[in-house]
Order: sequence, then structure tokens, then C-alpha cells
Amino acid sequence: MSADVVVLDYGSGNVRSAVRALERVGAQVTLTSDPHRALECDGLFVPGVGNFHACMAGLAAAHGPRIIGRRISGGRAVLGVCVGMQVLFDGSTEPSDAPLEGLAEWPGTVERLPAQVVPHMGWSEVEAPSGSTLFAGVEHERFYFVHSYAVQDWTLEATGAFARVAPRVTWAEHGARFVAAVENGPLAATQFHPEKSGEAGLHLLENWVHSL
Amino acid sequence: MPVATRVIACLDVDAGRVVKGVNFENLRDAGDPVELAKLYDEQGVDELTFLDVTASSGDRETTYDVVRRTAEQVFIPLTVGGGVRTVDDVDRLLRAGADKVGVNTAAIARPELVAEIAARFGAQVLVLSADVRRRRADDGTPTDDFVMTTHGGRTPVDLDAVEWCARAAELGAGEILLNSMDADGTKDGFDLELIRRVRAAVSVPVIASGGAGRVEHFAPAVEAGADAVLAASVFHFRELTVGEVKDALRAAGITVR
Repeated sequence: MSADVVVLDYGSGNVRSAVRALERVGAQVTLTSDPHRALECDGLFVPGVGNFHACMAGLAAAHGPRIIGRRISGGRAVLGVCVGMQVLFDGSTEPSDAPLEGLAEWPGTVERLPAQVVPHMGWSEVEAPSGSTLFAGVEHERFYFVHSYAVQDWTLEATGAFARVAPRVTWAEHGARFVAAVENGPLAATQFHPEKSGEAGLHLLENWVHSL
Repeated sequence: MPVATRVIACLDVDAGRVVKGVNFENLRDAGDPVELAKLYDEQGVDELTFLDVTASSGDRETTYDVVRRTAEQVFIPLTVGGGVRTVDDVDRLLRAGADKVGVNTAAIARPELVAEIAARFGAQVLVLSADVRRRRADDGTPTDDFVMTTHGGRTPVDLDAVEWCARAAELGAGEILLNSMDADGTKDGFDLELIRRVRAAVSVPVIASGGAGRVEHFAPAVEAGADAVLAASVFHFRELTVGEVKDALRAAGITVR
């Protein structure tokens, strides 16, 4: 049985590539805004491009916060990509007429990259932690990034009884070190676009789909 | 490690077919943009740009179909430019599967279009396509003054190119595709002075375009400040492969994928 994946359709940019890439690696993919389908599928892919706050507004209108929250409580997989990753943090300093808070699944603020050339646009290396599921077999590949903001400070530590579910954080660099990916139980996210990262990106998506 | 310098292949597409002579024996249909996009992807190209040179709006549907079919089969970034006039045009191209959209003439006619597109879709989708020419002195010799042109370089505009690029970046363009109309087609190399001037004026990525003829032309463009290098005919005519360009960049100490 191939994994049942929903790409959450809440009006965010080019989602066609994500659908086709997930299909290519063997998933049964549905692009929908139906909250019930988004809740019951094996894996939920949350895309996101553009302004953080505009994305949050679109996500909120599509019941995204509730869907994502309930899935995580139930241990069901969610993969956020690009701004779909950023919204999982507390908030963003990106300017907006109608600023909104993030979903606060992880502590941290999305901040502008202090680089000479921004957006960070192109293929960059990542430092994946050992034991990563997503990066197994593609630890030394480059992935395609396009963003001006990122989380540059990771503060969540899992200690004591929680140590066994410690989040795995992958870093990249553009003007500063920033969080390129997080794997944290059912919740995973990448700042880069795996669906636009050629063979390496397909491999990473395949790793995720196989984990479902 | 820095972000890798991108090598971009550009295809001129007219009514769904690649124009300019293309001669690839290992393609089923060398005039099909999707086939050529797949071949460049296999060669390791970092991005693809389709320039839609279709004159009649009736054939636009064909362009959307080409974008759709490409996005289904090639999993690297795709920019589509040519004839984009409104926010709705951008929306349609993104929905068809484009990742970025190039805007040129329409933005010069109405600069607010840049801000409108950036506000709706984010700066990262908007590539300002700048067709630039050197102003001629009275005796016809080219000066160091760069001006914009529209309609594929045919119509000069009284607009300083460096200032226009800076303004467009401020308005929300996420990237500048800097095309030298003087160098275009000469195969004598990129206009390095143009690259240096625009690099100094903007903080968004700059793609150097126009004039690539030999592998040794690419590294100087990067040293002049380009974040990406774009070529069309040298790839179409198989004078160079993407791999050869990357080898030359690597040999010059430039990071590539």
C-alpha cells in the first residue's frame, strides 16, 4: 500500500511540483483543502511561499493551525516546507500590515538573513545530524533554497526523559548559520524546497514517504 | 560554504516550440521544450528559464501547457518570462507550475506592477528581466552609459539601466536577470562593466546574460559580481555543455553544484 499524502491547498504558490514530486517517489497524493482529508491522511505536506503573515492568514482560513495541532498530538506526520516550515515557529520579523503569530510548535523567531545578497537563492550544502531519517543517503548533497528570512537560533533542548525524542536539527549558512531542517517526532520541516532540489530532493521526499 | 553559483539554461519558446536552431540527436523531438529541459537537467543545470516569445495571445494556452508538462517531469526551478503584463498573468504561470516569473516591458511601463506582484506572491517569484544597451555617442561608439530597452531590445527607453534595476529591487524584485543586448549573440563574453555597475547598486541576486561563447567567459562574469550565469545558444548548438561550464567555473575557484 502506498502512503496516502495530502498536500494542503490553501492558496500558496506553485504546489504542482510538490504533488508531482511526491507522486514520483511513490505516494498516493491528493491536493485538497478538505480538513477531514488533511486530518486522516498518512502524511500532510504543508507548502508555503511569500510573506510569513500572509501565509499564516491563508493557513488560518483553511483551519491549518487546528489540523496541524491535532495531527501532531496524534503522532501523525506533517512536513512543512519553506514558509510552511517558518510558520511552525513563534513568529517572524518580516514586515506586514497585519502581523500574525506563528503556530509555536517550536520556540524561535524567523529573522532576516544578514547576508550581502538576499534572497538566499540557489543550491546550498547542509549539515545534517547523524541518525537523520530525511537526509539518509543525501547528507552531502546541495538543496535549493529561496528565502530572505530564517530561524538563526535553535533553543529547544530535550533532556532527561525527553532525550530520546530530541529534535534533529540540520543547519545551513547564508550570512549566518540558520535552521535548514528539523525532524521532531511526527513533525518535520525543511527551509529549502525538496520538490525543486532535483534527485537529492526526490530522495529526501522518498525518505519521508517511506517513514509514513 | 557559499551558495553555489548557478548555471541557467534559457530556452526561447514560440507557440509551444523551441525556436532558434536546436540540434540534439538524442532527443525524440528537439523542438519540444520539455525534452530539452529534461536533457539540461540530466547535464546538471541548476535552473531553467523559458522565454515565451509567442506574439499572439491566442497561443498563450500552449505556453501554460508547456510549463505544466515541464513541472511534472523536471524537479528544478523554472522561470518563465515574456509577455507578462498583469498580476493575473503571474498567477496563471505559477499555477501552471512556474516557480518564478520574469517581467520586463510591463514593469517599465508601470513600475507599480513590481510591487503588486511582490505583495501578492513574494519577492522570490519576481525576476526583473532587464534588457540593457549602452548609449551611443554621436559618432556611434558605445559609451559607459547603460539604458533600458523594451520589446526584446528593439525599443530603447530613456531610462538609466543601473538606476532602474536598483528601483525595481526596492519595489520588490527578488532577482535581476541582466541581459546585455550589445553582447547578446556576439559570443565575445559578458558585459563585465554592466555586471559590476548593477552589482554595486542592488543587494538581490544578479544573473548575467548575453555574450557567452566559450567556457572561459563565465568565471569573469562571476568575479564581476554575478550570482548566476545564463546562456542559450551555446547550449542549444552543443558548443558547450553545462558540465563544461561548471568545470571551468570550478577550475577558477568558484563554487558550483
